[in-house]
Amino acid sequence: MTTTESAPGASRAEEPRVKVRGAATTIRFPLVSMVVLGLVVLVAVFAPLIAPHDPEVGQLSNKLIPPVWQEGGSSEFLLGTDTLGRDIFTRILYGARVSLMVAILATGLAGVLGTIVGLIAGFYRGWVEILLMRITDMTLALPLMLMAIVLVALLGASLTNVLLVIVILLWPYYARQIRGEALAISEEDFIDLARVAGLSSPRILWRHILPNVMPTIGVLATLQVALIILLEASLSFLGVGIPPPTPAWGLMVADGRDILGRAWWVSIVPGIAIFGVVLAANLLGDWVRDRFDPKLRQL
Amino acid sequence: MLLEVKDLRVQFHTRRGVVKAVDGVSFSLDRGETLGLVGESGSGKSVSCMALMRLVEAPAGRIVGGSVLLDGQELLDLSEREMRQIRGGQISLILQDPLSSLNPGYSVGNQVAEAIRIHQGLRGRALRDSVVEILSQVGIPQAERRLKQYPHQMSGGMRQRVAGAIALSCRPSLLIADEPTTSLDATVQAQYLRLLSELQQEFQFGMIFVTHDLGIVARLCDRVAVMYAGRIVETGSTRQIFNEPAHPYAKALLATLPSLESRKKRLMTVRGQPPLAIDLPPGCSFAPRCPEVMDICREEFPGEATTGDRHRVLCWLHSASDEMLLSAR
Repeated sequence: MTTTESAPGASRAEEPRVKVRGAATTIRFPLVSMVVLGLVVLVAVFAPLIAPHDPEVGQLSNKLIPPVWQEGGSSEFLLGTDTLGRDIFTRILYGARVSLMVAILATGLAGVLGTIVGLIAGFYRGWVEILLMRITDMTLALPLMLMAIVLVALLGASLTNVLLVIVILLWPYYARQIRGEALAISEEDFIDLARVAGLSSPRILWRHILPNVMPTIGVLATLQVALIILLEASLSFLGVGIPPPTPAWGLMVADGRDILGRAWWVSIVPGIAIFGVVLAANLLGDWVRDRFDPKLRQL
Repeated sequence: MLLEVKDLRVQFHTRRGVVKAVDGVSFSLDRGETLGLVGESGSGKSVSCMALMRLVEAPAGRIVGGSVLLDGQELLDLSEREMRQIRGGQISLILQDPLSSLNPGYSVGNQVAEAIRIHQGLRGRALRDSVVEILSQVGIPQAERRLKQYPHQMSGGMRQRVAGAIALSCRPSLLIADEPTTSLDATVQAQYLRLLSELQQEFQFGMIFVTHDLGIVARLCDRVAVMYAGRIVETGSTRQIFNEPAHPYAKALLATLPSLESRKKRLMTVRGQPPLAIDLPPGCSFAPRCPEVMDICREEFPGEATTGDRHRVLCWLHSASDEMLLSAR
C-alpha cells in the first residue's frame, strides 16, 4: 500500500511539480517594484508628518520656484512650486493618498461586484447567467475613456463619482473571468459530492467555489491596480476626475502643461510619479500572475 | 427492505428531443446487501443513481415518475430542504475520479473534518481524533501525518480512500459507488474492493455498485441488475445471472469475459451499438442487436417474466407463452 506513495518523509522540493513551477516562472521577484510601492504606501500614510507645507494653499509670491538643484531653487521647496506657489513635493506626497485610495477602493469594489456576478452566473446557469452575462458584455462594449468622461460630466466631478465610474467600467472584467472559472469548477465531482453531502447551493458557492477562484481574483486585482491609477490620473488630467484643489497627480500634470517650456517641473515631476507607480504595479502584477496563475500552477 | 425503487423514470429535454434516460427502473436493496448495476455507457446507470438522490440536472433533466422508498420513506415527495437532510445523513456517493472528487484547495484533513463536523457536530480535539480514526479505517497509513496534505500530493488510491472516508463520515445506510475503481490500477483496485466489503461488514450499509467490470460484480455483489437503454432488462442473484443468464444481452455481456481457454481467439464483443435513447424503436430496444430476435420483439415491448426466485427478465423468450413462441417461429 505504501509502495504507491512517496516516502512519508519526502520533502516537497523533491516533487517534479516544484521544478516545473520554477521553470514556468521566468520573472524574478520584483524587489524594486515592491520597494517603490512600499515607499508610496508609507508616504501616503504619513503624508501629514513628512510634508513641509500645506498641499492646497500656497503663496503667490513663491510661484514657479524651480527644484532645489536648479538655479534659483530653494531648499525650502525641494521639487519646486507650481503656478499658485504650492510646494510640489508636498502635493506629490498627498497625491499618493488620492491615487492609492482610488486604486484600492476601486479595485476592491469592482472585484467584489464582478466576483459576485461571475460566481452567480457561472454557478446557477440558465436565464440568470444569460441576463448577467449580456449586461457584462454590454458594459465591456462601452469605450472606457469616453464613458468615463460622459459619466463624470453627467454626475459632476468628485472623488466618489470617479470611484463610481471606475467601478462601473471595470467590474465586467472580473465577472467574465470568474464566470468561466466558476463554470469549470462547478463541473468537478467534488461539487456534486458536496451536494450529495447535503450542502445548500449558497454554502457550496462560498465554501467550495469561491476559494478556488481566489487566485484568479488576486491576479486580476493586482493587474488592475496599475490600470486604475492610470485611469484616475487621466480623468483628473482631463478635468473630469478629482476636482481641484485636491492634489491629484493627473491634475498636477494638467496644471503645468501650458508652461512646460518655462517651468517643466510642474508637469514632469507628477508625471514621473505616475509613471513610476504604474510601472511598479504592473511589474508586480506580472509576477503575481506568473506565480499564481492556476493554469501555470497546474502544470 | 432498505431501498425500494419502483418504475423510476427520468427524462432529459434536449434540442433533438426527449431522451428517456431512465425508463421504468425497479429494484430493491437490503441492508448489508450489494447490488451490481451493470451495462454499457449511456445505459442509464449513473442517471438512475443520481435520480435516487434527486440530483438530476435541472432544467434539462426531470424525474417524471416512479417511487423511491428509503426505509419506507418516499423520497420523491420530500421538499428540497428535507432531501438535503437525507442526502447528508443517509445516502453517500463515491465517484470514479478521485482527483476531481476532492477540492484541490483544502487539505485532506480539512475536507474530512468538514464532513464529520456537518454530520456529527464534533469540534476541536474530538473532531481531529475522529478524522484520524476514519482515515485509518479506510486504510490510510500514518493518517496523522497526512492530515495536512493536499489531494495533489496523494496517489489515486489514497485519494479514493479519502473520498471513501468522506462518504462514510455520515454513517450512511446507503452507499452509491459509481465506478469507484475504474481509474485505479489493478492491485490498488483489489485492495479498495476488499476495503469496501470490510467496511460494509462493519457498518451494514446497502451498496449500489455501478460498473461495467463483470469480474468485480462476481467478486463483490450479492445481486445484479443489467441495464440496457434505460431499463433493467434482467435482475437476479449474482449466481443466477452468471450461471443461468436469461436475457440475450446478459448472455452477450458474459460472453465478453475473456477466459484462459479462449485466449487464442479474438476478444468477444457485443455486436452493434447501443441505441440512442431519443428514438427508441418500438418493441424491445435490444432487438436490433439480438442474436435470438423474433418478429414480436420488433413490434411490442416484452412484459416482465420471472424465471426463478427474485430472478426477473424483460424478454419475449421468457414472457411469451409457448403457443405464441411457436406461432412466431
